[in-house]
Amino acid sequence: MSTSIYLITYLSIIIFMAVIVKRIIHYVSNPLHVRWELYPVAHEGERASYGGGYLEEVDWWEKEREFSLIGELKVMIPEILLLKAVWEHNRSLWFVTYPFHLGLYLIVAFLGLLVFGAIAQLSGFSLSEGGPLLKAVAALTNLVGPIAFILSVIGSAGLIYKRITDPGLRNYTTFEHFFNLGLFILTIGTAILTWLFTDPTFAVSRTFIAGLISFKMTPINSSVFLLQALLAAFTLAYIPTTHMSHFFMKYFLYHDIRWGDEPNINSPETDKKIGVVLNYPVTWSAPHIAGHGKETWAEVATFNPTAEPEKVKEEVHEQKEDD
Amino acid sequence: MSKKKMIKITDISKNTDKLASVANEDLMPLPADFEEKEWDKIPESTSEKYACILDDLNILQIPKPLTKEDEEDLVNKFIDGMRKLFSKEDNWTFLTILETTMEHCAKCNTCSESCHLFEASGENEMYRPNYRTEVFRRIYKKYIKEEPFAKWRSGDIDLNWRTVVRLGELAYRCNICRRCAQTCPIGADNALVAREIRKIFSQEMGISTPELHEKGSMYQLKIGSSTQMNQIVVKDNVEFIDEDFSDETGYQFETPWDVEGADILLIHNAGEIMAWPENIAAFSIIFQAAGISWTLSSDLAAYDSINYGVFYDDVQFARTAILQAQAAQKLGVKKIMLGECGHAHKALTVIADRVLPEPLKIPRESCFPLLRDIVMSGKIKFDPERNNFPVTLHDPCNITRLMGIIKPQREIVEKLCPQFREMHPHGPFNYCCGGGSGYAIMTRNNIPEWRFKIAGRKKLEQILNAFSDCRGPETKKYVCAPCSNCKGQMRDMFERYELLEKEQLTYSGLVELIVNAMVDVKPGFIKWEEDY
Ligand code: SF4
Ligand code: SF4
Repeated sequence: MSTSIYLITYLSIIIFMAVIVKRIIHYVSNPLHVRWELYPVAHEGERASYGGGYLEEVDWWEKEREFSLIGELKVMIPEILLLKAVWEHNRSLWFVTYPFHLGLYLIVAFLGLLVFGAIAQLSGFSLSEGGPLLKAVAALTNLVGPIAFILSVIGSAGLIYKRITDPGLRNYTTFEHFFNLGLFILTIGTAILTWLFTDPTFAVSRTFIAGLISFKMTPINSSVFLLQALLAAFTLAYIPTTHMSHFFMKYFLYHDIRWGDEPNINSPETDKKIGVVLNYPVTWSAPHIAGHGKETWAEVATFNPTAEPEKVKEEVHEQKEDD
Repeated sequence: MSKKKMIKITDISKNTDKLASVANEDLMPLPADFEEKEWDKIPESTSEKYACILDDLNILQIPKPLTKEDEEDLVNKFIDGMRKLFSKEDNWTFLTILETTMEHCAKCNTCSESCHLFEASGENEMYRPNYRTEVFRRIYKKYIKEEPFAKWRSGDIDLNWRTVVRLGELAYRCNICRRCAQTCPIGADNALVAREIRKIFSQEMGISTPELHEKGSMYQLKIGSSTQMNQIVVKDNVEFIDEDFSDETGYQFETPWDVEGADILLIHNAGEIMAWPENIAAFSIIFQAAGISWTLSSDLAAYDSINYGVFYDDVQFARTAILQAQAAQKLGVKKIMLGECGHAHKALTVIADRVLPEPLKIPRESCFPLLRDIVMSGKIKFDPERNNFPVTLHDPCNITRLMGIIKPQREIVEKLCPQFREMHPHGPFNYCCGGGSGYAIMTRNNIPEWRFKIAGRKKLEQILNAFSDCRGPETKKYVCAPCSNCKGQMRDMFERYELLEKEQLTYSGLVELIVNAMVDVKPGFIKWEEDY
């Protein structure tokens, strides 16, 4: 039984990675998009503090451009760790979505601690009898795990409550929201039961992870734990297929779109991409676009559908002569 | 009486007279008592021809389907267009941004409170930034992406002709100011969705608003300007402005035309020439006084910076931008400079950046940094006492939130206007004037009522609050709105609420404040009505 859970877990990790890679490949292989930045642009250094940017300079294309990684981090860190935008613009939701997100972050930290412990174990160290570092890891795992579980279950339940009782949110809530939140409650709820009744020091969890890392697939004899592992495997594979893929796609939404203010200067690569997109075919059917024998973006964009400018020129010429 | 009710996503497809109505009782209160009347009825001439089933007005003129075939045709064409919107060839410009908004929105409604229309309408569900997006997303998942279990995963939607008509109209109940996108924790963009829906109607179905298309971008391509001034008329008018304002200001100046090899090609919004000639004169006076090498161009579309394509059509956008760049290339100027027009700023400087091919890549910049440098340089003598009246600054969305040009205009007003005060919020977090994305030029039927009652309401509140210490007709006040569209909106809104009479409130641009403070110019360049 436990071997098949190991195999399912491997499969879920593969699906998780594959879906992430697929989404990223899809994103980066899309054609060049036009610039659509939105200020404040966090990497604009000093100017970011008031929402300004390089276009505030005369002859900006001749000036050295600032790029402040610190500026980006100053925005990204509170946004990711504290959900700042929700705090500022949707406070009542923050009180439930923050525990949920914080719980998930702590679950990631908890898994990191388990992996660390498992590697130590595989290297012949014992967590309970090892040095202070290993003891600290064991203690931290015991602390972080339950807090993470409880926060995410409270957050999930709170989100369900909010989505049912807030008429504004209810309108935008679909079955999938309830399914996702229910899945978290079920999976993490099972983890809480496992912790309470079978695995209070997470020794079984660590053994399972060591079995995964070493491919030894050490047998596990707890059916609650195996159920928890099965649910966790399903959840892991499922997350990136949903809108929750924003946890990694947000990087592109921020860096490539919202803060994508890179001007096309001395960039043969961008010029080449513009050349490619301008040669794409255009099939829009409206009369000002179709029916003039123009097929590519370059042709359509340099064609004047009014077919009148020549006539206007003539009129202007005549008018000039009359004058 | 309040007609507020919860509007469900699926209500958009229902066989009802209209989806929503905003009653006066539900409007966001203002810090002054302004009488609001009930909505004027849509004239029969309009409602007989066009499908008016969204709310109390009609902006997008979608022909009323008369037969079952017409209804099916509308749906089929919409779906065809939507498919193209998600193809990389037909929509390389915005596909990536659109797809990410379709896929990653958490439906958390964090963006709702940022929208001035949602707030001004008393939180009418129709104006929630995510409402139209959610309808569009459901159609996308069910009919375009054909996602398995779409109904359960993303929610169901019935795609019938009513859905199509209402969605098209809903795309014209948004200023595309992108304030909602700014607050989204994920980076999704509901404003873009409004624009993309407008594209389906224009680029595929051949349906757009006459102000933006026939009398807008098409006039610009045909005659050279949406004002219908051809190159002879425009030059005549500017010559007249030169003479008139040289007399009035006592400062002799001449606006240069078609100067080959000039440093700067300045492109004004040609609407200024007709409606606010003082803006044209002020630019010419400042540039002449500062010894700038510059010119206007009389080439097709190059004496009018507008690019309405930016509001509804990528093809029209690209055509206009290319014509403007070609004019600059022909004159051999070093750069193109945009006058006081927000959408023209963004269109040519930012969006065209990845549209213009190599030979047309002439650098483009805003007029504000140069104006700031001129004012700070000491080349021109100023007397700020001449601007000693309360002044507040409106931030055009396109220039601030979408381009990050915040400080130059502030440095100018801070130096030249002793009673300058900010609106709140301001800079990149400003509120749209209510005229954004094309409405400022729309005066059809009861559209102006909507522009004032709902779209401009938040801006009006901000303006009144900025002058809370000097309300009433005793003190002259000035809203500096350095954008033609914003000025158009303010002109009409101030008139509607009689703000000149009641508050001695006027509006104009930034260059007017500069010239008003110039020692070499006769005092009184800026006028309140009774000064005329
Ligand atoms: S657009 Fe952003 S803020 Fe608005 S509902 Fe979607 S995720 Fe939330
Ligand atoms: S773009 Fe502006 S007007 Fe449109 S929904 Fe967003 S905040 Fe509202």
